[in-house]
Amino acid sequence: MKNSTYAACVVASAFMFATPVLADATAEGIAKYREALAEGNPAELWEMRGEELWKEARGPKKATLEKCDLGQGPGVVKGVFVTLPRHFADTGRVQDLESRLLTCMETLQGIPADEVAKTPFGKGEQKNIEALVAWISAESRGMKFNLPMAHPEEKRMYEIGKRAFNYRGGTHDFGCVTCHGEDGKRIRLQDLPNLTKGPDAARGFGSWPAYRVSSGELWSMQRRLNDCFRQQRFPYPMYGSDVTVALSSYLGVTANGTVESIAPAIKR
Amino acid sequence: MNTQRREVLKSGSAAGLFGLLVAAGLITTQQAQAAGWDKPAFEAKAMDEALKALGAGKPADSKDVQISGPDIAENGAVVPVGVKSALADTEFIAILIEKNPSMLAASFTLPAGTMADVSTRVKMGQTSNVFALVKAGGSFYMVSKEIKVTLGGCGG
Amino acid sequence: MAGPMRIRAASNGTETEVKILMSHDMETGQRKDASGALVPAHHITELTATHNGRVVLAAQFGPAVSKNPYLQFKFAGGAKGDKVNVSWVDNKGDKRTDEVVVA
Repeated sequence: MKNSTYAACVVASAFMFATPVLADATAEGIAKYREALAEGNPAELWEMRGEELWKEARGPKKATLEKCDLGQGPGVVKGVFVTLPRHFADTGRVQDLESRLLTCMETLQGIPADEVAKTPFGKGEQKNIEALVAWISAESRGMKFNLPMAHPEEKRMYEIGKRAFNYRGGTHDFGCVTCHGEDGKRIRLQDLPNLTKGPDAARGFGSWPAYRVSSGELWSMQRRLNDCFRQQRFPYPMYGSDVTVALSSYLGVTANGTVESIAPAIKR
Repeated sequence: MNTQRREVLKSGSAAGLFGLLVAAGLITTQQAQAAGWDKPAFEAKAMDEALKALGAGKPADSKDVQISGPDIAENGAVVPVGVKSALADTEFIAILIEKNPSMLAASFTLPAGTMADVSTRVKMGQTSNVFALVKAGGSFYMVSKEIKVTLGGCGG
Repeated sequence: MAGPMRIRAASNGTETEVKILMSHDMETGQRKDASGALVPAHHITELTATHNGRVVLAAQFGPAVSKNPYLQFKFAGGAKGDKVNVSWVDNKGDKRTDEVVVA
């Protein structure tokens, strides 16, 4: 299944620029389909679990995550999703939601961050992270992105992210920018957001985590980015690595103040 | 978030679901005996066979039954389908998908007082006619709608 | 054990609308795993919803109901504070019961 999708994508990418604009009726049909799915998004099942996990004493230290500081002070969850990635003084790093959760899990609960980072998506502690990000992102639903850019490290990560986004390489000379750098592109029936522009960046970045209809799983932003690297035929990035955080910084800052976050969304 | 959802009862008994419900006085023994998964209907591979297993014979067309769903589904793994009936005494609704390996996807028995208005999501292997079968006042009616299934792109 | 359902039940004074999300793989029995072996069918077969103890819906599912099933229906009556209880059982005998208070 994965292989066939992959092969189809190689073909699709070759035709990407040649395809005409979607027929209105089809576009309308797809829009109706998406609308019908928005009600009763199975991501809610992950949200429920995430809220419980936040309050559950776990790990070697038998502690909850309720003292975790996601940027607005220990325990504050409401509204934090739309301010990440940001710089954290205690780690001296710019962190996205997931890398920050790793810090909290390690310091508060004693769960080793590097082991969680090595765990495949959808397994073990990664499953718990998926639930946590579903709930935490839902607590910012309807808010606009407002990533801070005051700290020099935040500015630096934004610039690195911008370069990574525009960097082309690999067997197909691909970069994020190949598919997401102009208006009006699509692959088969998927309209591709122009992630260099605010509203599209907010719609793209502000949809993840999302329930993936095709796999029936909840995909975090890290997992989404990991798959972007795969599609570019790049080596997989390490979970929570700087390049992934930098890309999120670039997308998030670009999205600032435009369209409201709908995460966790539902995606085909 | 809604806190009510956490008022959860965990069924720890080894007894079957219906045994449990009977024990809890939620349904009568008669209802439990009438229940039971309709294996012949769910395993039927042809429309005639499925309708026969459901006791529907040759259902009539009806303008009072509505099937709703998208004209085109971006992913066949999740296709929203709803059925509404304006027929008096609608007691049973089934959703059938012509080109699936087994046609019957789901069925609903509606006690008096429950609206003939149900929605769920089904898997479709390919573009197909989707049928809504309704039993009302002892007679069966059926309507259909074609839903196209497309291939998605790469990321999303 | 299967995860809890997400149930919402809302009354408008004359009728109650119930929306249910279930956590279930709904394996069709037709999918192959990475090694090429058929993944056995595993799906919810029956679901019963009750309102204050009275059955308001009895559903049967085949494997063609989507993974993490969603179900929506309405019944006459029902008032804020009433209880709606939903139970399902699958083809392997796993089961789950959850209850919500009508909002």
